[in-house]
Amino acid sequence: MSKRETKALRGPTPRHKEGDEVVYIDNDSAPRLIFSGEDILCEDLPVGTRVVYGKPPIEGLNNPGAAIRYALNHPLDADPLYAQLAPGMRVTIAIDDISLPLPPMRTPDIRQTILEILLEQLDANGVDDIHLVIANCLHRFMTEAEMKRMVGKKIFDAFYPDRYYNHDAEDPDGMVHLGKTAQGETVNINRRAVESDLVIYVNITLVPMDGGHKSVAVGLCDYETVRVHHDPDTIAACDSMMDPSRSMLSTKIARQGAIVDQHMKVFHIETALNNRMFGSATDFLGRNEDEFSEFDRLKYEAMRFGLSKLPAAAKRKIFQNIPAEYELIACYAGKTDPVHDRIIAKLNDQYMVSLKGQSDIVIFPIPFVSPYNINSILNPILVQVMAMGYFHSFYRGKPVVRKGGAVILCHPCYDEFDHKFHPSYIEFFNRLLPETRDAHKLQHKYQDEFAHNPSYIEMYRRGNAYHGAHPFFMWHWGQGGRNHVGKVIVAGAQNAHVPARMGWDRAESLTEAISQARSFVGPSASITLMKWPPILMADVE
Amino acid sequence: MAAAAFYDLDGTLCRTNLVHAFAYNARNQQGLLRSITRTLSTLVSVPAFMAADFFDRRLFNDIFFRRYKGESEDRLRYLAEELFENVIKPAIYPGAYQLIKKSRQLGLRQVLVTGAIDFTAIPLARHLGIDDMVTNHLEFVDGKATGRLLPPVMAAATKASWMRIYAEKEGLNLSECYSYSDSMSDLPMLSVVGHPTAVNPDFRLKNTALQHDWPIIDLR
Repeated sequence: MSKRETKALRGPTPRHKEGDEVVYIDNDSAPRLIFSGEDILCEDLPVGTRVVYGKPPIEGLNNPGAAIRYALNHPLDADPLYAQLAPGMRVTIAIDDISLPLPPMRTPDIRQTILEILLEQLDANGVDDIHLVIANCLHRFMTEAEMKRMVGKKIFDAFYPDRYYNHDAEDPDGMVHLGKTAQGETVNINRRAVESDLVIYVNITLVPMDGGHKSVAVGLCDYETVRVHHDPDTIAACDSMMDPSRSMLSTKIARQGAIVDQHMKVFHIETALNNRMFGSATDFLGRNEDEFSEFDRLKYEAMRFGLSKLPAAAKRKIFQNIPAEYELIACYAGKTDPVHDRIIAKLNDQYMVSLKGQSDIVIFPIPFVSPYNINSILNPILVQVMAMGYFHSFYRGKPVVRKGGAVILCHPCYDEFDHKFHPSYIEFFNRLLPETRDAHKLQHKYQDEFAHNPSYIEMYRRGNAYHGAHPFFMWHWGQGGRNHVGKVIVAGAQNAHVPARMGWDRAESLTEAISQARSFVGPSASITLMKWPPILMADVE
Repeated sequence: MAAAAFYDLDGTLCRTNLVHAFAYNARNQQGLLRSITRTLSTLVSVPAFMAADFFDRRLFNDIFFRRYKGESEDRLRYLAEELFENVIKPAIYPGAYQLIKKSRQLGLRQVLVTGAIDFTAIPLARHLGIDDMVTNHLEFVDGKATGRLLPPVMAAATKASWMRIYAEKEGLNLSECYSYSDSMSDLPMLSVVGHPTAVNPDFRLKNTALQHDWPIIDLR
């Protein structure tokens, strides 16, 4: 048995901690378990490293159905839903797509629970002109099996395919121009939704960037509408994307949302889930390793042994087939803004961990899943968006890493793409990135070409491909992180060319990556490991 | 610099192929007995056509177009409009219209590059709003088909050669051009442009497209 494995079997000892979520590595601390794609590394970290854990899951509501009914009957700044319904009216129910939550939750999905209650109320009030539209914006269309899983067999059989379908942002007859904001931002929205007497949005707000006006104004819009804020300058002006009060992205979307509200009657149902990403068999992955029980250690050893015998594709399949155990912790309905504010407050309760000060070096474990690769591969562009886009932005106040500091990513960085889901990513990675990594240049020179490429449009509309412009948005999403971070090092990258093309350094191991980072920021550099998953956000003083 | 979208026809924009066109002519011969004989003969030959096409498109052309020998040019041209209305038009893939529309919105010139015979392709090109086209032409002597094609015979590498010459003549930048085909025999036509796309591909082309990271679309 190796030294590392022996250490992993050691019992608990008292630690230097700041609350339950922030732990400092001592001389005899246990190694930490760190996600790296489909693998879980077991790494000794330098003494003094700050390790930040997610908060324990907030207890789920005992009776989610009752909470949803209460929200519908006691909405914020709006009449109860039943009072807004009348026989013969046209109703469109828009639903968040498969990018939320992550990974997909066990069935019944919370959307199914809400829809069952909603459809019951609509039926009781004589409303039968109902369409269910997946608000996928420029995301890939969900497959039939995914759609069925999301709403359950009964609703699927009753509505699919004529009255339950994906929003098609490229349907020439399917979009309506609602107008422009005072700043000239276009707002084009799904025709069925615009021409409905009432739009009910069923939302899962996984992170504070989601929900609110983003639901309708982005979920049901087209390329011309989304490009005005999915651009490098908007993203760079966010501090952070996850703090709506300081996010230019949220500001621009709210302006578009105001146009939506002028033309459409929207009843917003927004939910917050806890962070119970792991079931009882794997919940140790989110906990402090110093406090592992004997059984936790046995489970880890069994998992490590099993994973070591499998190819990456099989590991990916296994991980993606384990649904998350999320539970409903809040549900509000009514007008978009007050509903969203309440949900954000609840999310902050779940995710926000207070940190004292920034670090010179921050370690980001990149897991197997992102919003854009459900049932697929986390390709290099998505590794980039997870690191420089999402994880860098998971803060309020200041980024966890100091300006000009180093970020270490743990991921194999395999050069693999899903031809069916991410065809335009392949061209972006192989044709454009070798020419430039400058987001502005990419945007101005190539974005429209990809967005209007007839093949990519066909693959989006008739297949399950992300829109041709999507890899650009993913690249722009990382602009804030790229501007802020001085160096990115990938620990454990299985090849040299992917990190090189992304503009990152490569290291064989985490230890080597830390040495490289120290040589960049200084030998006495402070180090923080953000223990994702589950989701956690830093409130940095 | 200007650019174009080059389309193969059979199997790419519509589900018919050369054999459908020939079978329609065979079925509409003058005289019932002649129609039955020609139709049966065509049916019997289908496996041979498929085998020839699998190995080499030029071999297929040699064997297949011999079947036209003795056909009247007037009659073939007369039947072409009927053939289009009754057989080809209903067989156009639904996605083909949208693909061409989007492509035209990009300002691309729409060009058909097909091994089909001119008189069968012309009505379809008109219907789809194709700007330019190159097809195969049967050789006629004294108003009767000889069973041979006039050179250059549009197939495989010849299509790519024609596209190169066409692009040079028309001032098109091939690296900005698009090309669409369903068949492995059109690999040269796909390889010569900057934006190749496999459409409803057969097994071999699908694998090739995956290896080259080309988009794969389904217009059916």
